[in-house]
Amino acid sequence: MTAKKALLSIDKLIDDRRTRIIVCCGSGGVGKTTIAAAIGLRAAERGRHVVVLTVDPARRLAQSMGLTVLDNTPRPVPGVGASNAAEQAADGSRADPPGSMHAMMLDMKRTFDEIVEAHADPDRAAQILANPFYQSLSSSFAGTQEYMAMEKLGQLRRADEWDLIVVDTPPSRSALDFLDAPQRLSRFLDGRLLRLLVAPAKLSGRTGLRVLNAGFGMVTGVVTKIIGSQVLRDVQTFVSAMDTMFGGFRERAEYTYRLLRTPGTAFLVIAAPEHDALREASYFVERLERDGMPLAGLVLNRIHRSPAARLSAARSLAAVEALQGLPDGESSALAVTALRLHAERMRQAATERRLAERFTAAHPLVPVARIPAQPEDVHDLDGLRLIGTAFSD
Amino acid sequence: MSVRDTDWDGVRLHVVTGKGGTGKTTVAAALALALASNGKPVLLMEVEGRQGIAQLFDVPPLPYEERRVAVAPADDDRPGGDVFALAVDPQSALIEYLEMFYNLRQAGRALTKLGVVDFATTIAPGLADVLLTGKAAEAARRKTGGGPVYGAVVMDAPPTGRISRFLNVSSEISGLAKVGPIRNHADTVQKVIRSGQTAVHFVTLLEEMPVQETLDGIAELKDVGTGGIQLGGIMVNMVRRGWNELGDADDARGHAQALEVALKAAGLGEDARLAADLAAELADEARTEKTQSARRRTLDTAGQPCYELPLISDGIDLAALYRLAKALREQGAA
Repeated sequence: MTAKKALLSIDKLIDDRRTRIIVCCGSGGVGKTTIAAAIGLRAAERGRHVVVLTVDPARRLAQSMGLTVLDNTPRPVPGVGASNAAEQAADGSRADPPGSMHAMMLDMKRTFDEIVEAHADPDRAAQILANPFYQSLSSSFAGTQEYMAMEKLGQLRRADEWDLIVVDTPPSRSALDFLDAPQRLSRFLDGRLLRLLVAPAKLSGRTGLRVLNAGFGMVTGVVTKIIGSQVLRDVQTFVSAMDTMFGGFRERAEYTYRLLRTPGTAFLVIAAPEHDALREASYFVERLERDGMPLAGLVLNRIHRSPAARLSAARSLAAVEALQGLPDGESSALAVTALRLHAERMRQAATERRLAERFTAAHPLVPVARIPAQPEDVHDLDGLRLIGTAFSD
Repeated sequence: MSVRDTDWDGVRLHVVTGKGGTGKTTVAAALALALASNGKPVLLMEVEGRQGIAQLFDVPPLPYEERRVAVAPADDDRPGGDVFALAVDPQSALIEYLEMFYNLRQAGRALTKLGVVDFATTIAPGLADVLLTGKAAEAARRKTGGGPVYGAVVMDAPPTGRISRFLNVSSEISGLAKVGPIRNHADTVQKVIRSGQTAVHFVTLLEEMPVQETLDGIAELKDVGTGGIQLGGIMVNMVRRGWNELGDADDARGHAQALEVALKAAGLGEDARLAADLAAELADEARTEKTQSARRRTLDTAGQPCYELPLISDGIDLAALYRLAKALREQGAA
């Protein structure tokens, strides 16, 4: 006798108006972005006003939502909710109040630029944007993408134009990065070392700091040796131009971090029924619990289920043998293939179940939703809708 | 002793990239084992601080030190070579670099404590890349009296999305340091990377996004220009058994009847529902198969050799890595 398995109903989650943010996280290649889009669409068609924020530059995803481009501005997805409400009202076939769906893709550099433009006067902003150090920081610093994703999420929430925000997390080298990265970046920008290192002039004016200053002279010397004096000069210019904004960075990172911990947020950990993906999912669940983040459950994506599960793998293979024992002509090649395939599917399903049970044994209280594997790629809204039908379980 | 011809004879530094979730680390490890089967030691290195190699070989986290983690299977009459592993991080590599070029060992330690090393690698993103690729190039060229220390070096590199920037260290750095030691170092590293001694392999799955990213990554590397970076093979990972015999089996309804007769003959009774369900399963698989062979053809358009690695669903252990290494050797990848 096994304990009752906790089932996660995504429909319940999106129907609950108190759910304002859904964060889809998990390791790379598990279908996070597709699941996020499918959740957004399903929620919109159940009356929510949704914006999906993705960090994945998947052209096909944009196309499947009928959008030619996904950029840093939320674009309405044609054919969903309010945008076709007129039609629906005309034939009177719809009882639900229509929802709507917008989608956007994070442009981290653009988002960073906008923060600078919003918080500095035009001259200073132009100076910062042209700084080579700023340019490399805003386009390639490990952590900027995560930071900007959180920043964008905070902006969307503050704008309050949507009642549900669905976000998928950056494809970090580890699924945990996005929780730490914003703080890492704000610590860095805010850091004492950065300020001391680039502002030795300020220090030398004060007495009693001479010794320390000599030490910093050595440090600056080595840093110059490593990265060149030009870089150091760029950093100095950048820091003095950004001076007034630094406090803001930490504040904003903390705002978003707090926002993520409120009950209006739901974290979904997405995993494929594979060894590595589930191990990452385990780490992630533990981390979310430790940080007090509201975990809604695990989404097991791309599971294989057989429509003929009542025929076991063993009986299926026995039937193959029986067929092969028949005189030639009576055995059907098609049936042999079908039965062998079925046996393999059953074995695969059993492996996936075993892997999933290992996860459940370690995290018995985490509800699980199961999404079947699709034989073909998602090309349009109907493909996303098909995935959404599994949310009702 | 037979000398085998492989597709990458002459390559000393194998860079393995791929989209996240495609099994890059596993394939890199299998390739290292396959190369070590030639009898010479191979260095497998990772650069992203994930300790993926340690997990894979089930050993404690690797320090910044080359450690033996496995022995390759013997090939014919020849014993297999050792596989050494190294986890490189930019900080340790920078300290080593300071030590080598400036004799700054003590200072390096102090700087680490102050967070300066972290700072330097953070404010100059290209710097970390130069240090990491520099370490790989150094290991690939390292010699003792008798010849090269390693028969080959395999690098578990950053994912496809970042690979061309990662390898294009010279121009990345040029934006930062126009002259000076790091610049010279970058130029030396670049010479190794843009030579016949280096090849970049792509790991993919027969899924849409990984296939697309592989093609994008290859196109991007081709664009790198002057000197060029040698493209390696496409390693198609987690390949399920093919069902070529399915043909047009996606005609589910048409097959249900034929199946019903055969099922009865096989002793499964008269069960139209079961026949219909099995036919649906066939049709589903036929569609999957069609989609996958279309993706295989897409990969072929890249014009690089493709190697297939079978799906191992129970988690990867040493035995599984041996199996994958064997598959790579049989297909001429090593």
